[in-house]
Amino acid sequence: MGIIEAQDLKKSFGKTVAVDGIAFSVQKGEVFGFLGPNGAGKTTTMKMIACVSPRTAGTLAVLGMDPDTEPARIKARLGIVPQETNLDPDFTCFGNLFTYAQYFDIPKKAAAQKADELLAFVQLTEKRDVAVEMLSGGMKRRLILARALVNNPDILILDEPTIGLDPQARHLIWERLRALRTQGNTIVLTTHYLDEAARLCDRLVIMDNGRILVEGRPADLVRDHAGHEIVEVEKSADVVSCLRDLHIAYEEAGDMLQVATESSRDIARILLDRCRPEKVITRPATLEDVFLKLTGRKLRE
Amino acid sequence: MPHILAIPKVSPRAIKVWYRNLTVFIRTWQVNFFPPLVEALLYLFAIGMGIGSYVKEIEGVPYVTFIAPAILAIAVMNSAFFECTYGSFVRMYYQKSFDAMIATPLSIEDVIAGELLWGATRSVIYVVIMLPVLAAFNVISLPLAILAVPLAFLGGLMFAGIAMCFTAITPGIDTLNYPSFLFITPMSLFSGTFFPLTLLPVAIQYIALALLPLTHLVAIMRMFTQATVSPVLLLHLVWIIVVTILCCIIAINMMRKRLIL
Repeated sequence: MGIIEAQDLKKSFGKTVAVDGIAFSVQKGEVFGFLGPNGAGKTTTMKMIACVSPRTAGTLAVLGMDPDTEPARIKARLGIVPQETNLDPDFTCFGNLFTYAQYFDIPKKAAAQKADELLAFVQLTEKRDVAVEMLSGGMKRRLILARALVNNPDILILDEPTIGLDPQARHLIWERLRALRTQGNTIVLTTHYLDEAARLCDRLVIMDNGRILVEGRPADLVRDHAGHEIVEVEKSADVVSCLRDLHIAYEEAGDMLQVATESSRDIARILLDRCRPEKVITRPATLEDVFLKLTGRKLRE
Repeated sequence: MPHILAIPKVSPRAIKVWYRNLTVFIRTWQVNFFPPLVEALLYLFAIGMGIGSYVKEIEGVPYVTFIAPAILAIAVMNSAFFECTYGSFVRMYYQKSFDAMIATPLSIEDVIAGELLWGATRSVIYVVIMLPVLAAFNVISLPLAILAVPLAFLGGLMFAGIAMCFTAITPGIDTLNYPSFLFITPMSLFSGTFFPLTLLPVAIQYIALALLPLTHLVAIMRMFTQATVSPVLLLHLVWIIVVTILCCIIAINMMRKRLIL
């Protein structure tokens, strides 16, 4: 039995179906990712798990309890990092953590101690008494991460934890999340960043249009859906007809053609010898290839 | 989705939301403490002494004594109403504070109940600061006027509930101007505040008594500050209690409908 179990989970807003009958199971101690383009239903799923959006149909159990009937008991054991920065601008960094801890019935003395401990954990001790508006974007996200930890949650739920951050700030968040995972925390996250998902997630699902398309370990998904390596060649009429003559399967990706292969060297050599393309790139296949293959290249709004 | 009149499930955790607002209020006490003080003095001098020097007496009491309860009642109305319209809207819409709170064991019902209690508390604080000023000018009758404090809580809760209903339906912060100038401003003039209700045409008197919450608050307040308590007090009190309960319930249910999708 997983720490989060969903069967045929549905959510609709009027006539719009946001989540269309999904099933998943998150095990204790793992990092579980929800990937998908905008509007795939990731955030809605997070909100149902977080007990702030009631489901339309299906079953959902978080920590063995039903969000419809025991939201307060579930929420007491969750840590939420929302997509939107909703720190309290009326308080300092310390004040944000201290006040938030009290919403969890944590006594003041313990709350103050925990707040200082967490400020150190996210490297914001220097900003302890600074108003939150004065923080950079990366610092705000770190403070939100700290805030999500005030109640020592059993499950940490992160909706786009590193959205809009520079690489330094992202690496720091990743490192902190890995530290939490080592301590045995269960982490559920959504992300658009596929390198983030590949680095952090033990298992993940890719969603689109409210449904789960695939589920598995990042490396397995890449191998099963995108092959080992990708050869990219610049698209031109000559190269296209050449590839057709050679019966090599390819996909169009913007102004490049992609060939998935077990051995990029062989393919690259054949291409260079026979098709004489302007540019050839070989690289390992990534989660991004899986993602684009499954969800298509069409722009989402 | 619960019925609009369903009794909301509010837990004692609502007090934490109230406490959060109190903490912010105390930290910025300088800007919060002086407005009621200054407001009481402004009313007393401008209307009480100014107009009062022409009017002299009204219903057998000096004009400033007549308007003293109105100053208190209007303060109760304004502080709760503006706290739970603009104040709550800012916390809900711009600061996303409610979203952050409902990710904790707090429910949306707790959050709104805490906001309503806080609105009522603002009214109490206002009245507590104003009372000594009015007492110093000898325009209220002590000790009965002390009852203005618990009355401020009840009246404040009523206006907080009314305000939160508007907050629940307003599309943006600008549209909150409509209830404030179409409802609150006229009410502060036509509720037996600065002239007796009996000067209005009878039909309008009935409309004021039926629909303007401030009328009832001013009436009770006047009985307390002038020590003229009569059994009619009970009618006014029942009116306020019924409207308070209804508005608070409707406000919580409508806010739930707005925020829980």
